[in-house]
Amino acid sequence: MSEWPLYEVFVRGKRGLNHVHVGSLHAADDAMALHNARDVYTRRNEGVSIWVVRADAIAASSPDEKDPLFAPAGDKVYRHPTFYSIPDDVPHM
Amino acid sequence: MTTTVPEDVLLQQFDAVIARNDRIEPRDWMPEGYRKTLVRQVAQHAHSEIIGMQPEGNWLTRAPSLRRKAILLAKVQDEAGHGLYLYSATETLGVSRGELTEMLIEGRQKYSSIFNYPTLSFADVGTIGWLVDGAAICNQVPLCRTSYGPYGRAMIRICKEESFHQRQGYELLMTMMRGTDEQRAMVQESVDRFWWPALMMFGPPDADSPNTAQSMAWGIKRNTNDDLRQRFVDMTVPQAEALGVTLPDPELRWNEERGAHDFGQPDWDEFMQVVQGNGPCNRQRIAHRRRAHEDGAWVRDAATAFAARGTS
Ligand SMILES: [Fe+2]
Ligand SMILES: [Fe+2]
Repeated sequence: MSEWPLYEVFVRGKRGLNHVHVGSLHAADDAMALHNARDVYTRRNEGVSIWVVRADAIAASSPDEKDPLFAPAGDKVYRHPTFYSIPDDVPHM
Repeated sequence: MTTTVPEDVLLQQFDAVIARNDRIEPRDWMPEGYRKTLVRQVAQHAHSEIIGMQPEGNWLTRAPSLRRKAILLAKVQDEAGHGLYLYSATETLGVSRGELTEMLIEGRQKYSSIFNYPTLSFADVGTIGWLVDGAAICNQVPLCRTSYGPYGRAMIRICKEESFHQRQGYELLMTMMRGTDEQRAMVQESVDRFWWPALMMFGPPDADSPNTAQSMAWGIKRNTNDDLRQRFVDMTVPQAEALGVTLPDPELRWNEERGAHDFGQPDWDEFMQVVQGNGPCNRQRIAHRRRAHEDGAWVRDAATAFAARGTS
């Protein structure tokens, strides 16, 4: 028998926070995946909302190309607040 | 686009990640030996959680109160969850869940020797929580920093849950120690039976553990077996005193000079026997797991058929 598909599980810990990846599980369908995710990953009120998504539906960057893929961010230090020097006596900055 | 990076360059990159104490993630290149060692260790760990449900599950229907039954049920359910976290981590290394289950029930992969000992009295539920989960915590806390990301993350989730396991066990034993002489004797008898097998949980002495050095170099293991065993003994002795039980080791005493306890060695021949499948419950544990798997086949098939209709 072929295996049930793999699902990745994301949980929102509380209102105001992003969903965060917590792990994975196998299920026959979406409804079972949600049900199992509740039992496996939120036995102690760890979440207020769960997303499940089939692992084969996720497009991911490959680790080998991480340098070229993230290179555009590397030389743009002016995107960070620390790039700008402001005198210490200027308040609330 | 695929470019072929030569293996020595990949190995250099891998070594650099390990050297700066960073984590390896599933899609990174890794040496075959690293992958194999991890599959063996994490799968063995996952199987231990799953088989570990049996000795305590044995007492679920006979727990002496609704409170104890609810606690034990929650604990056994946690162990199922631990097994799932760890199976998921193993699967990121390219082994399927089905293969893992097969390897367990065919005896091609192992699980912790401790779960091949029987639970003869309800006090064993307390002793297992105190000593067996206690030893597991000692093993698992450093593994939160293991070099393989998914394994470390599974360990962090597990460690958060283990403290409940140990405390419920200790509290159970404290309650029995406040009871009758017979109850106190039950606790002592249980501790006598589990002490040495608990010490065996850390694996053979360092001198007989040839893989430890490589595992530590790879950052998979963070401490040697003997280090962890020593730490466990030092933590447990004052807990035993507070409980009012003795530990069955005539050589156990505080060593002022070392700032640690001296203690005797478990029977390593017995350990080897249990690892090789000849412990008191090995056959029963695997037979039970196989039966549960085979009896559940129709449920898995039915769920697959239902999902295929697309009406869920
Ligand atoms: Fe566990
Ligand atoms: Fe546990």
